[in-house]
Amino acid sequence: MSWEIVIGLETHAQLATRSKIFSSAPTRFGAEPNTQASAVDLALPGTLPVLNRTAVEFAIRFGLAVGGEIAERSVFARKNYFYPDLPKGYQISQYERPVVAGGSLAILVGDEEKVVRLTRAHLEEDAGKSLHEDPRLRHSGAGFQGMTGIDLNRAGTPLLEIVSEPDMRSSAEAVAYAKALHALVRWIGICDGNMQEGSFRCDANVSVRRPGDALGTRCEIKNLNSFRFLQQAIDYEARRQVELIEDGGKVVQETRLFDPDRGETRPMRSKEDAHDYRYFPDPDLLPLEISPAWKEGVGAAMPRLPQALRSEYREAHGLSGYTSALLTESREKSEFFSALLAQGVPPTLAANWTTGEMSALLNDRGLDFAASPVAATQLARLLARIHDGTLSAKGAKEVLQAMAAGEGDADAIIERRGLRQISDAGALEGAVDSVLAANARQVEDYRAGKAKAFNSLVGQVMKATGGKANPGQVAEILKRKLG
Amino acid sequence: MELARAYLDRIARHGAALNAFITVDPEKTLEQARRADERIARGEAQPLTGIPIAHKDLFCARGWKTTCGSRMLADWIAPYDAHVIESFDRAGAVLLGKANMDEFAMGSSNENSFFGPVKNPWDAAAVPGGSSGGSAAAVAARLAPAATGTDTGGSIRQPASFTGVTGLRPTYGRVSRYGMVAFASSLDQGGVLAASAHDCAMLLSVMAGFDARDSTCVDRPVDDYERGMRDGVRGMRLGIPKQYFTADLAADVAQPILGAIEQLKALGATVVEVDLPNQHLSVPVYYVIAPAEASSNLSRFDGVRYGHRAADYADLNEMYARTRAEGFGAEVKRRILIGTYVLSHGYYDAYYLQAQRLRRLIARDFSEAFKACDLIVGPAAPSVAYDLGSKATDPVQMYLDDLYTIPINLAGLPGMSIPCGFGAKGRPVGLQMVGNYWDEARMLAAAHAFQQATDWHTHTPPGFG
Repeated sequence: MSWEIVIGLETHAQLATRSKIFSSAPTRFGAEPNTQASAVDLALPGTLPVLNRTAVEFAIRFGLAVGGEIAERSVFARKNYFYPDLPKGYQISQYERPVVAGGSLAILVGDEEKVVRLTRAHLEEDAGKSLHEDPRLRHSGAGFQGMTGIDLNRAGTPLLEIVSEPDMRSSAEAVAYAKALHALVRWIGICDGNMQEGSFRCDANVSVRRPGDALGTRCEIKNLNSFRFLQQAIDYEARRQVELIEDGGKVVQETRLFDPDRGETRPMRSKEDAHDYRYFPDPDLLPLEISPAWKEGVGAAMPRLPQALRSEYREAHGLSGYTSALLTESREKSEFFSALLAQGVPPTLAANWTTGEMSALLNDRGLDFAASPVAATQLARLLARIHDGTLSAKGAKEVLQAMAAGEGDADAIIERRGLRQISDAGALEGAVDSVLAANARQVEDYRAGKAKAFNSLVGQVMKATGGKANPGQVAEILKRKLG
Repeated sequence: MELARAYLDRIARHGAALNAFITVDPEKTLEQARRADERIARGEAQPLTGIPIAHKDLFCARGWKTTCGSRMLADWIAPYDAHVIESFDRAGAVLLGKANMDEFAMGSSNENSFFGPVKNPWDAAAVPGGSSGGSAAAVAARLAPAATGTDTGGSIRQPASFTGVTGLRPTYGRVSRYGMVAFASSLDQGGVLAASAHDCAMLLSVMAGFDARDSTCVDRPVDDYERGMRDGVRGMRLGIPKQYFTADLAADVAQPILGAIEQLKALGATVVEVDLPNQHLSVPVYYVIAPAEASSNLSRFDGVRYGHRAADYADLNEMYARTRAEGFGAEVKRRILIGTYVLSHGYYDAYYLQAQRLRRLIARDFSEAFKACDLIVGPAAPSVAYDLGSKATDPVQMYLDDLYTIPINLAGLPGMSIPCGFGAKGRPVGLQMVGNYWDEARMLAAAHAFQQATDWHTHTPPGFG
């Protein structure tokens, strides 16, 4: 009998605000330890939090983007626990009344679209970091001599914690969800999505059950900061739970950590060791009130969302669901595509080049569309040369590479490299005639009904013209002459 | 500079006996006084320029030790100024010293200070009240013309009553809490203790006003308190809660209070009875909410970044445990334990949430009462100052003594205590006045009218004339 895997994700997206959520200290990553922490971040006696409005605005953007409900009144609460990198002895978070409730996210698994429901999204502050080696001394190999260093640069960085319903049924779906969410937060400009720097990290709740049964006992795997780790951790954890149950054991609810080196999860703390966080409303902060006007203002300034663009691509431009999804993987990519359309490039040609050659070109160079060495207007001029028959598809690829290498505009490159197709009817007629004369056998075969012979003749003409002939035109002339 | 020097001299003479100050630093004070003199010479003086003021030792003042009366912060030097300190600085006032207090403002007798108890200038055997006991004693003994205090459950009004000075706690949100070390955030409010309502008005004018660094500080114009005082008390309706004059109130206190009410009537006020039916719930409600907030507010004192850290520990947990065991006194620990308990899983609804519901009822009582009156008057404390040590072993009895002051904090209202006579053993009695929200001006006007007609506020303790 088969097993069903049930997965829900809690994602921490670091909000790309300039200053922290409750202080005016900057949020820059990678600075010298404790240089980006103000008196508030150090929790000096007497200091008080003041809410960053931009962080709230980003939460509103997210809520609108996922169709969630933006609370008119939400409450910041204190989550109390002791840890050296938690300066106040509590984290300010939202507990009973989050800023965003509900909403959903469409994901693409293979060619199938699936909707993952969201439970909530709430604002909170990040903690600092405990350093077990001194980063300044890393190269010398020296450490803190058995002590732990505390870096409070990250303390107070705004986070949006996005909680999904347990709607995913495989690691592939979980990864698809995480990728869609990652794309969305970048799309709406609230998170830089840098997973290496921890700007986007996931906790996965995993359980297994027999199809149709009630939910099994779950384990939470903490702090997965790459899509690959997310996949590996879920696969390992699901296998572990299935084996445990099949061997007659029971899954114990616990928090686990993923060890990327060994590809396995291991226990961090059990439910019994769980903290009693003693949540209560933070008396230093007033309830967060979001007026309809504020919400509308934020909504009006939002970019068009991937979901809406995908329907437009399908319905107005006749593109496939898959292609539409590829085009909306990032805002920059869809903007590139739109720019091609605006230059008059036919939708299919624009879509194929955006998702094909351009994506490959950028991938090879490790760049994204925002940093593309070839602008959409430049590419549009190149594609126009395909459209008007000046250039073959093959020639066009060569021109693109040359443009990326900074050799200038498409037309100049075509001329310099002699890539212009022969579309001159007279010249082609001559070439076709010579080929027909020299290949009487193929002509006979074709007339006898062997379609393959026709392709061979086209190939001969192409060869005779050094590949510069316009294949469409060649075929046309051939057909006429053989007709 | 003369003024600062004169007060420094008085502190040198009497300070040790009263233990009213934790830190006095004549060099810093005189330097500030010198700058005030320059300002006066430039013709840029404001009313408080050059006036020495003592600050309760939980207001952070850059370069000054800010101990909160605790071993935990016994050597902590604040690297920044509280809003209140900044405001007085801007007005040209001079920081005279840091006043003793109950540890982290938790106490009603000033016996909970790591730096030892403060003595009541009226009687060295008596407590000065608390938690702003050092501020009250300093003003009563004329070691300072004025002092700041904070009032979470009566910590300005009760010591003002016990020491015969005028004390004012403003509406919650009137004075920024930025840089004022927190005890219970939703109840704490900075205020002043001085020799008269007129002085309190001048001081409050300097401290009050919007400060964006405290999210609970309210952006609302500050009234002209001194001008408002000219309005007097004529025609004012004084509400007397029927719950006030009960067996809990000592006769030697009741008598001067009733006398003061008669005096106010003679000045043109009228009296109405008002009902505060939920008043009796205040003490239990307070002793859920205040410790809950305190248990969380005091978590930052963990020995990691500043303050006391235990010398020996085997691991992180032991570092925390020893640091906090050594750094906090018994009363602070008691309240952290209570607070942790009432917030814990399974108890939160029954204690914390229930207390919040009752808190709203208590506040509603006042809103109802203020429909029928302009000010509520009564005692600030059920007795005169008691003897040092007499209640130290019975914290619950001490908590119950706060019954007149605590409801005002729960409701967030402004309140004052003004001297109105003497009770047993010649110890002072204070009349509490409670105003409606933001109605400090009216409260000050009534207090000022009373003080124009009486001389209770001018009495000084024997030996401190």
